[in-house]
Amino acid sequence: MTDLAALEKDTLAAIAAASDEASLETVRVAALGKKGSISDLLKTLGAMTPDERKEKGPAINGLKDRVNEALLSRRTALKDAALDARLATEKVDVSLPVRESGNARGRIHPISQVIDELTAIFADMGFAIAEGPDVETDFYNFTALNFPVGHPAREMHDTFFFNPDANGERKLLRTHTSPVQIRTMMSQKPPIRVITPGRTYRCDSDQTHTPMFHQVEGLVIDKGSHMGHLKWILEEFCKTFFEVDNVKMRFRPSFFPFTEPSAEVDIQCSRKGGEIRFGEGEDWLEILGCGMVHPNVIRNCGLDPNEYQGFAWGMGIDRIAMLKYGMPDLRPFFDADVRWLSHYGFRPLDLPTLAGGLSV
Amino acid sequence: MKFTLNWLKEHLDTTASLDEIVEALTRVGLEVESVEDPAATLKGYITAFVISAAQHPNADRLRVCMVDTGDGNPIQVVCGAPNARTGMKSVFSPPGTFIPGKGITIGVGTIRGVESSGMLCSAFELGLSEDHEGIIDLPADAPVGVAYTDYASINDPVIDVAITPNRADALGIYGIARDLAAAGLGVLKKQAIVPVKGEGSCPVKVKLDFTQDDAHLAPAFALRLVRGVKNGPSPEWMQRRLKAIGLRPINALVDITNYLTFDRNRPLHVFDLKKTQGDLLVRRAKEGETVLALDGREYTLDPSMVVIADDKGVESIAGIMGGEHSGSDEGTTDVLIESALWDPLNVAQTGRKLGINTDARYRFERGVDPEFCVPGLDLATHLVMELCGGTPSELVLAGAIPDTSRVIAFPFAEVKRLTGLELPQTEMKATLIDLGFTVSGTGDVAHVSPPSWRADVEQKADLVEEIVRIAGLDRVQSTPFPREEATIAKPVLTLIQKRTRLAKRALAVRGLVEAVTWSFVSKDDAQAFGGGKPELALANPIASDLSDMRPSLLPGLMRAAQRNADRGLPNVALFEVGQIFRGDQPEDQVIAATALRRAMAKPDGAGRFWSETAQAVDAFDAKADAMALLEALGVPTGGLQIVPGGHPAFHPGRSGVLQFGPKVVIGAFGEIHPRLLEAMDVKGPLVACEIILDALPPPKAKPTKMKPKLVLSEFQPVSRDFAFIVGRDIAAADIVKLAQGADRNLITDVTVFDLYEGKGIPEGQKSVAIAVTLQPMDKTLTDSEIDAVAAKIVADVAKKTGAILRA
Repeated sequence: MTDLAALEKDTLAAIAAASDEASLETVRVAALGKKGSISDLLKTLGAMTPDERKEKGPAINGLKDRVNEALLSRRTALKDAALDARLATEKVDVSLPVRESGNARGRIHPISQVIDELTAIFADMGFAIAEGPDVETDFYNFTALNFPVGHPAREMHDTFFFNPDANGERKLLRTHTSPVQIRTMMSQKPPIRVITPGRTYRCDSDQTHTPMFHQVEGLVIDKGSHMGHLKWILEEFCKTFFEVDNVKMRFRPSFFPFTEPSAEVDIQCSRKGGEIRFGEGEDWLEILGCGMVHPNVIRNCGLDPNEYQGFAWGMGIDRIAMLKYGMPDLRPFFDADVRWLSHYGFRPLDLPTLAGGLSV
Repeated sequence: MKFTLNWLKEHLDTTASLDEIVEALTRVGLEVESVEDPAATLKGYITAFVISAAQHPNADRLRVCMVDTGDGNPIQVVCGAPNARTGMKSVFSPPGTFIPGKGITIGVGTIRGVESSGMLCSAFELGLSEDHEGIIDLPADAPVGVAYTDYASINDPVIDVAITPNRADALGIYGIARDLAAAGLGVLKKQAIVPVKGEGSCPVKVKLDFTQDDAHLAPAFALRLVRGVKNGPSPEWMQRRLKAIGLRPINALVDITNYLTFDRNRPLHVFDLKKTQGDLLVRRAKEGETVLALDGREYTLDPSMVVIADDKGVESIAGIMGGEHSGSDEGTTDVLIESALWDPLNVAQTGRKLGINTDARYRFERGVDPEFCVPGLDLATHLVMELCGGTPSELVLAGAIPDTSRVIAFPFAEVKRLTGLELPQTEMKATLIDLGFTVSGTGDVAHVSPPSWRADVEQKADLVEEIVRIAGLDRVQSTPFPREEATIAKPVLTLIQKRTRLAKRALAVRGLVEAVTWSFVSKDDAQAFGGGKPELALANPIASDLSDMRPSLLPGLMRAAQRNADRGLPNVALFEVGQIFRGDQPEDQVIAATALRRAMAKPDGAGRFWSETAQAVDAFDAKADAMALLEALGVPTGGLQIVPGGHPAFHPGRSGVLQFGPKVVIGAFGEIHPRLLEAMDVKGPLVACEIILDALPPPKAKPTKMKPKLVLSEFQPVSRDFAFIVGRDIAAADIVKLAQGADRNLITDVTVFDLYEGKGIPEGQKSVAIAVTLQPMDKTLTDSEIDAVAAKIVADVAKKTGAILRA
């Protein structure tokens, strides 16, 4: 028995002394390998008498079990220590920045965003989008719109002209999107409800004017639409577009060759600390022009003004974008400065909808 | 158009306040742009007596003044003006007064140790002139303690209104008064103009020398001589009014013409009889004829212009400006007064050609009241006689006053039809009558004659406007405008509109920033990108670099990229979706979607980074943008062909044209051609793609929204790799296509996973490795079946490309 006890003591000591898995394996083989000390003892059991076996068997097997247990626990301890040692070497500086994906930089220009906003609002009111060419004829840009030749209103447009062609006809860059009204009325039967966003051009350049800008007009032609409807549409539009519960608007009689009666529309606002707010305040801000489509224009499009009537309005897309989103100047709209575009632009998936809200 | 409140009240009997008048003007369509009320701006300034002005104890240039403002409590003021002296009278601003010339409010302070309250003021500080040499020096008899604006009679508010081109009648203050009276702001003071009884005929005859076709150029010309006038400065009241609206008083005769121009929208002209010679001839100018005009400039005329000439030559440019030679001066004793009618269009053209803007031109080109031509001359004559004395002759009228009378049948219901506003007939009638219209007839349709001064009123809608603007547009009730049919809103966008919208979002999602660049570029840029046609060159560009309509979005974006680089942002990715121009017809305008990447603007991240520095952009980044765009737009790319090179804007070896067959070219991508970079002085690397959205095939029309049935296999797909050695010029896409064609049922995917040139590969050849996926549908493939397909792939590729399988 003392042999067994000594063997156990030595083996357990060797297990405890093993400093890594390899030396632990050496201890295991020495004790429990084919020719191991404990394995040899176990082999002696077969030659013993039943009584002897009864006495020695449990002692030897008990020794084997304890050694196995010690081996297992030592192995686990060594493994843990090895992992800890590895982990200690595997540290990264998690404060390092991750790379900004190039894709995150994409932006939508405010003009595109506002056109999408306009589309969402007016599509809900049953308006389609009509478009026309930028290079226009005098007829569509002026004559059909009731601008008499030589009339001061025509001169006020600072028109860009092309050189006369072989027939002496001189094309021009449209000075407003109104020619699209004519093209629509001439190509499509009433009832008509369209808005006409697009690029327009005037030979003018200073702080508040650029030779190219964007307009949107609206046109309704049917047999009963009147100024009261026009007022309602514009009020609803302004509330929805500027995302306020109330707006106060002022309709002032004015003059446009293509509408009669005509009006300019001011919207009430407050200007505090350089910020414009609608639905409050005491200032008036001119925002658009409108009126009942002039009977001469209806006639010029081949319709009878005693049967058909309607209204039209127009405003600057760049201007309402500035009013809503606060860009102080117009010129940077067309400069493609990515600093400006990143700041005032919109994320690609911020798609304006009436259900989700026009802006985030 | 400026006028003063008192001047207005000359024609309008009213108790309305300035604010009420201003509000009403805007309400009836005469938009008030500004109101200057000196009595309000200069409130607090009073006349004062300087009891004493003593040397400041601590400053050589300052004086300590004791100022009496009339209340017996002298105030101590430190004054730096060189002219401050004991016993003078000046203008004092007590503490708390705003100083317009300095933009400050004056207070009580200590100046170099001496207390000073308020200040003595210069005309500059009051904002009245540029004179800041010294404080205002009032005459010795000036009263003390009186509001300065009252003392100086500068208490008449000046109102500036914007007059729309249709309202020529409102270019006279009388016309403005008429509108206000109609709007209920008072009563129009109608003054009958007594015709002048002339003594003797006018010694100067007038001839309108025009062919019948030209007769419209000068329908009527009235002239009268007033003998024995004494010309000199006009009276104080007239000068004050003229100055208030920004006119410089000249002499009584000239001032009268200016006064009536604004008072009655009746431009007039006066000639000094002594300086004219013979009769007056109104005619077209002769080619090259010159005239020295009243502005001191000599103008060269041509036969498109109308002039008034005498025996010596041209004396006046009709309706625009008189001549210097025949103008009146202090020595004028016999004066010819002209009141004429001119053709608005001709006056406008002449004025534009000569570059002359005058109050007369402005009015004649908008149209004056023809019926007022002769009364206007009488009114001027009365004023001349009143201010300068003299004896008038009879008037001579050449031509005739045209008859502009007309009748409009006006159903009152038109107002409700066009505006929704229901007004009593009596109110509508009264408005028209107040505005000078004649209304006759009974019942629902009136016969309305517009007055001679309202050439703009031609038809029913014009009358509706008159009635509604006077009634007030605020009375028009906002009326809900439902959709035509009570349904859920229907989609309204066309295919190209949807694709345009989607293209923008799709490109932005790829990290590109949307730019909106000018529709015009320089001629050089236009030509470099296949444009520059004469019909797309502007005749009057605003700048030489904005002269031609763009044939492509590339030049605008390239220049934009360079501007950003110049600002220190080299790695930019920009796109634009917008119109390009191939001709001047509507169908020549198409929508392009163009994406451009510069330097290291890669989708995964730009520029240097601690983990990995981005490579320079290459043709494949541009191709990826193009393919992503087509994918987002739902354009099937199965039949898409990529033709190497071929687009002049791109590097011939690093670009491709995208097409569905040679007739449906949809765009191109690649590296920008180095020659273009050099020509435009733009630095690369720059890669781009441009897709013409109008060229994209429309989606196939389908009867339902059902998608095709999804068929999934129960069996594992098998993948096999092949590495081919082929000639460098063999397109990888051809190898892929041939592999795919080896068994169209079984092969579901072929990708290129390796490309290698160099050591181990013969010169002029490359190794292309592809992975082929086989997807059995009904059973697992046996090795021999797989081997058979593989052998066919190798054989097919080898046969068409000369490839050999790499060992």
